[in-house]
Amino acid sequence: MANQLSILVVESDRDRALQIVDGLGGGDQFAISVISESSGLARRVAELNPDVVLIDLESPSRDILEELASASGPLERPVAMFVDRSDDGLTRAAVEAGVSAYVVDGLQTHRIRPVLDAAISRFSVFKRMRTELETTKRALEERKVIDRAKGILMKSKGLSEEEAYAMLRKTAMDRGRRLSDVAEALVTAAGLLS
Amino acid sequence: MSDVLTAGFLPLTDAAPLIVAREMGFAAEEGLELSLIKATSWSSLRDYLLLGKLDAAQMLAPVPVAHALGLGALGGMDVIAALNLSGNVVSVSKAIAAEMQAAGYGFDFTDAAAAGRALIALGRPLRIAVPFPFSMHAELLYYWLDTLGLAAPQSLSVRTVPPPLMAEAMADGEVDAVCVGEPWGSLAVENGDGVMLLPTSAIRQSAIEKVLAVRSGWAEDNPDLTRKALRALWRAASWLDQPEKREVAAEIMARPDYLGLPVDLVERGLRGNFTISPQGDLRAAPGFLTFASGAAGFPWRSQAAWIGMRIAARTGLDQAEAMAAARAVFRTDIYRDHLRGVSADLPSASQKLEGGLDHATEVASESGRVILPPDRFFDGTVFDPD
Repeated sequence: MANQLSILVVESDRDRALQIVDGLGGGDQFAISVISESSGLARRVAELNPDVVLIDLESPSRDILEELASASGPLERPVAMFVDRSDDGLTRAAVEAGVSAYVVDGLQTHRIRPVLDAAISRFSVFKRMRTELETTKRALEERKVIDRAKGILMKSKGLSEEEAYAMLRKTAMDRGRRLSDVAEALVTAAGLLS
Repeated sequence: MSDVLTAGFLPLTDAAPLIVAREMGFAAEEGLELSLIKATSWSSLRDYLLLGKLDAAQMLAPVPVAHALGLGALGGMDVIAALNLSGNVVSVSKAIAAEMQAAGYGFDFTDAAAAGRALIALGRPLRIAVPFPFSMHAELLYYWLDTLGLAAPQSLSVRTVPPPLMAEAMADGEVDAVCVGEPWGSLAVENGDGVMLLPTSAIRQSAIEKVLAVRSGWAEDNPDLTRKALRALWRAASWLDQPEKREVAAEIMARPDYLGLPVDLVERGLRGNFTISPQGDLRAAPGFLTFASGAAGFPWRSQAAWIGMRIAARTGLDQAEAMAAARAVFRTDIYRDHLRGVSADLPSASQKLEGGLDHATEVASESGRVILPPDRFFDGTVFDPD
């Protein structure tokens, strides 16, 4: 169908890519292609010649797409970041969600809007998941290292678990440092001395 | 209570003034809490700045100029200080280096004309990577090759590759040469993927490189924050230009929050002592990276005019109009207003001949004299901004 909007999703994570495709209606309304990023990206974009490119705002590969946006770039196709054409609220929402979209110059806003709305909602979910995952991971790592530090103190100083914890806590307070930093330093030092 | 300024940077050696201002307490001493955000691309840094998620950002000097010329979306920027002069290298892939060596080229890391002629003499189409379409990397590369008779960028195949991916692009055989900020050139050497040909300071000495950019009008609306930020950065830059401090700076910069690379790699650009090939050839590049000395932080309007003239020539815009628009976003007025009273060098003029100084030269400043560093183009061209 000549009039169907073609969308290119640049996403290296397969699950995320599939979810974006789902979010866009599973490919019924639009012609959707997915490529994983970086190597040869500019060439692939030129070959596929999409109307809209969706990419994670945090992706380092974004700068590669910038050459498409400049008229002097090696690719003749005029492309503008959607934020040129759309209303400010939509732009802000997209940035908050962490999605950037490159849209062929002159494409009407009412045709882009549903694509962006769907992309924004997907990327918002990803962003929340990423924050949760990172926070949980960090907390787990910190807990692990605190446990090891407690173990070292209990063994070398003959303390109970509570006493060892109290000692770490007090040291952290006195030095104005985070508990996990003190624990980390102790574990590293103990490793060097053993 | 201190004021908070949120600033963005890319993991590059020349982000040092921002990082040092925070880590060595120069911001705190000005009563400023400097919150730093590491970005992954120049486009995200630009978007975050223009949409108000950042107050200020490290920026490639040509980006605010491009916006002033109507070549960027989302609004305009003001340049309120230069963060550094020079700091990039041109590297070639191992294959190209081998061909150049076979043809008798000696890799002296100094003579830009000889290096360029040796590269052009290979007679093959060149695929060259720059980090962003609007960058000093692109401007200096084009100037260099064009001057030597290879029409640039027309006869080059230019790719945009983010700095952290430059080494990989050379390893994959995607590009023949790159121009990139440190430490990413050193990383390519370390990985055995590239050989350094020149520091960009061999193409043009003391060229403006990164700037501190804010949204148009932001500095006027936030005079206190602007003053604190400019003073903290000036003090950090002055600290960084004491040679013995560069080692400490490398240690700080190498941390995971900032560059996350081995100290040894970060130190090379900061000290201007390079390992240029995987075989371990050493070369020194004096004046490779300057932060403060010789009024390095002063955002000369003539540097902006040169960039504007080059971009206009390439994109078919009116050159006189482009130069005027470019000059207007380099805010020497703001820089002067806020750094008066500290001992920063404040030149009396806002423009100078670009490329006119063969040697360090004294010129008039608000407090007497300031010594400007040599600023030659490799071919001796002098650019008159008027």
